[in-house]
Amino acid sequence: MRITQGCFSFLPDLDDDQIKRQIEYCLGNDWAIGVEYTDDPHPRNTYWEMWSQPMFDLRDAAGVMMELNACRKAFPDSYIKLNAFDSTRGFETIRMSFMVQRPKVEPKFLMTRTEGNGRAVHVTLTEAR
Amino acid sequence: MNEQSIVVESGPEPPPARVNLAEDFRASGVAEILEELDRELIGLAPVKKRIRETAALLLVDRARQKLGLAHDTPTLHMSFTGNPGVGKTTVALKMAGLLHRLGYVRKGHLVSVTRDDLVGQYIGHTAPKTREVLKKAMGGVLFIDEAYYLYKPDNERDYGQEAIEILLQVMENHRDDLVVILAGYADRMDRFFASNPGFRSRIAHHIEFPDYTDEELLRIAASMLEQQQYMFDDEGFAAMRDYIAARKKLPHFANARSIRNALDRARLRHANRLFEEAGPVDAASLSTITEGDIRASRVFEGGLAHERGEAR
Repeated sequence: MRITQGCFSFLPDLDDDQIKRQIEYCLGNDWAIGVEYTDDPHPRNTYWEMWSQPMFDLRDAAGVMMELNACRKAFPDSYIKLNAFDSTRGFETIRMSFMVQRPKVEPKFLMTRTEGNGRAVHVTLTEAR
Repeated sequence: MNEQSIVVESGPEPPPARVNLAEDFRASGVAEILEELDRELIGLAPVKKRIRETAALLLVDRARQKLGLAHDTPTLHMSFTGNPGVGKTTVALKMAGLLHRLGYVRKGHLVSVTRDDLVGQYIGHTAPKTREVLKKAMGGVLFIDEAYYLYKPDNERDYGQEAIEILLQVMENHRDDLVVILAGYADRMDRFFASNPGFRSRIAHHIEFPDYTDEELLRIAASMLEQQQYMFDDEGFAAMRDYIAARKKLPHFANARSIRNALDRARLRHANRLFEEAGPVDAASLSTITEGDIRASRVFEGGLAHERGEAR
């Protein structure tokens, strides 16, 4: 099942050139970019692993691409996303996040409905490879 | 028959038949940088010549590219050698602007670092630190001042070696992304290159910065004062000439930097003098450095060593 998350989730996967231009946009807004990866794309898994530290004070996308490529090399079969953090007072949060790599075989999710008290339905997603 | 048939090919646009180099030169804005260099930097003739030559080479290379002729991305890494205070950092800044206008670096900023910014303090600290700096320099120029401190031959466990390896790798693989300029004193740089042949072969441009002559230093002093809206009177100017000759004979002479320090001290004495005179002051007396402000320097008596009574 094709997992989608963050910006551009409705588009086909971005190629490197498009990723670079998105990074340029983020850097142009003075956002700091962090690379994160995971092998558990469950929607409830909010915290992905950080690849090195978020990158502040970068001027050019080549620096981010260098880290991204290092991460791809180390985890060729993981999900990788880029987060752009805005440190402006009042925001102080992720402003943009998009996926840049997905594994060849993506997991499926099975949905189980459990009947609870008063006909309440509990939905559980279970990963199935 | 003087008719020519024009074949219109579909596909990529054919390269133009000719490129106007002079037009290119004007359009790129390189001329302004070169003029700025001439205007703002006094002396340094061989350096300016080398920079002009480099700019010409890059322009021609770009023209070749436009005409579809064979071209490689030229190696642009450089080494600047010369004594302290001869303007290596200033020229590096101009170089970054130049390369940016010619389109060889995308952003044109200068990241200036020394050993401390690259080398870590414990195992595993160096690589991330060096990479961090390199990432910040991407798209611009990385200026490594006193680069020879990276390599300490007497300590084989020194982490500098690790930084050197990462640097070499990035200099090779990211030639399009950043330009590295190594700077330092000539003799030590030579030793550094001798023990790190990898660097020597990856650096195409070795630029030597000559020391300034007395006359150039005097002009530098005058222009420094002018920037701060001060000036010499005639006797003050003559005193400065004598000062430069005397200062050059003392140890630790650092060219323009020594001049800057001397002027700072002269301004200090100037301020004190005005304060002690305790009369009303006008703009002219507030901004005129006189003979006394310069002559009071201990450089004329033989410097610090003389004062301490050390045998010289």
